[in-house]
Amino acid sequence: MVTNVTNLGRSGLYDWIVQRFSAIILAAYSLCILANFVMNPDMDYQTWSSIFEGNAMRFFSLVTLFALCAHAWIGMWTVSTDYMTSLQLGESATFLRIMFQAGCVLLVAIYLLWGIQIFWGN
Amino acid sequence: MLVSIYRYNPDADEKPFMQDIQVQLPEDKDLMVLDVLALAKQQDPSVVYRRSCREGVCGSDGMNINGNNGLACITPMSSVVKPGGKLVLRPLPGLPVIRDLVVDMSIFYKQYEKIKPYLINDTAPPAIERLQSPEDREKLDGLYECILCACCSTNCPSFWWNPDKFIGPAGLLQAYRFLADTRDTGNVERLAGLDDPFSVFRCRGVMNCVAVCPKGLNPTRAIGHIRSMLIQQGT
Repeated sequence: MVTNVTNLGRSGLYDWIVQRFSAIILAAYSLCILANFVMNPDMDYQTWSSIFEGNAMRFFSLVTLFALCAHAWIGMWTVSTDYMTSLQLGESATFLRIMFQAGCVLLVAIYLLWGIQIFWGN
Repeated sequence: MLVSIYRYNPDADEKPFMQDIQVQLPEDKDLMVLDVLALAKQQDPSVVYRRSCREGVCGSDGMNINGNNGLACITPMSSVVKPGGKLVLRPLPGLPVIRDLVVDMSIFYKQYEKIKPYLINDTAPPAIERLQSPEDREKLDGLYECILCACCSTNCPSFWWNPDKFIGPAGLLQAYRFLADTRDTGNVERLAGLDDPFSVFRCRGVMNCVAVCPKGLNPTRAIGHIRSMLIQQGT
């Protein structure tokens, strides 16, 4: 058992399942958006914003936003623990990795809050 | 034929280098790579490599042969070198080199040790031996044959990146060998030891392990089974 405190769920299985479920949600949302483009060939701003007026679409968007954030964090965490290790970067690896992970957390948090404001704000 | 061999003696060389040795091969025979290496050693006796059984059982002569890991003793020259081509031999990638083609396998064995490669059974031992039906014994086929040559683990990018944390295909194949054994009662304990983000879940399904296993085993499939067992237990 390898101890780790920076991954999302503290368990490999949890992260693995979240990664896959979030991927399904992201794929479904992408298809939904694509279908809207196909059904509205003359897409303009009015049509585009009306798609997101209904509560169902806003809720779906919110769920997708959470899925995107979880998916992105697991992915970036994995990239950092694969490539930013002492084997590749020497003694400074831990500091660089934590800085990189902190940057990712900050970005994910900004995107999440910004997304909530876009979908649910006035 | 030209044989290019990775040379490194930490006591004498500043850095590793490739040495070309010209070897005369018999025309009517398809020699194994190990035989060619022996001929090269006749030219330069300072070349160092491991070998023992010379029939693919001991796993000592695992090395990188023209870019792919394999056992030199059971790899025919015709399968790795085109006519007129060059034979390039390097040590197994990702492990510290002790000298020339000999690598330090300590970390590989440490990962193997982690999976508790022995039968765990908390019931009282029977008078003679723990019996197993032929059907249950069949479940171990494709698992028990591993000879721990390390060709698979040292061809796995995840093992290169995290050799101290990811158990690697060889260790995980053996982990499943005990998880699948009906005489073993330690499954809960075994699975608990594997449910972290590195031990099993660093496997990305690259399948380099399957491509190079000299015994034709399939560690990726075994890792998939371990993952299914973890899902079954954890959900």
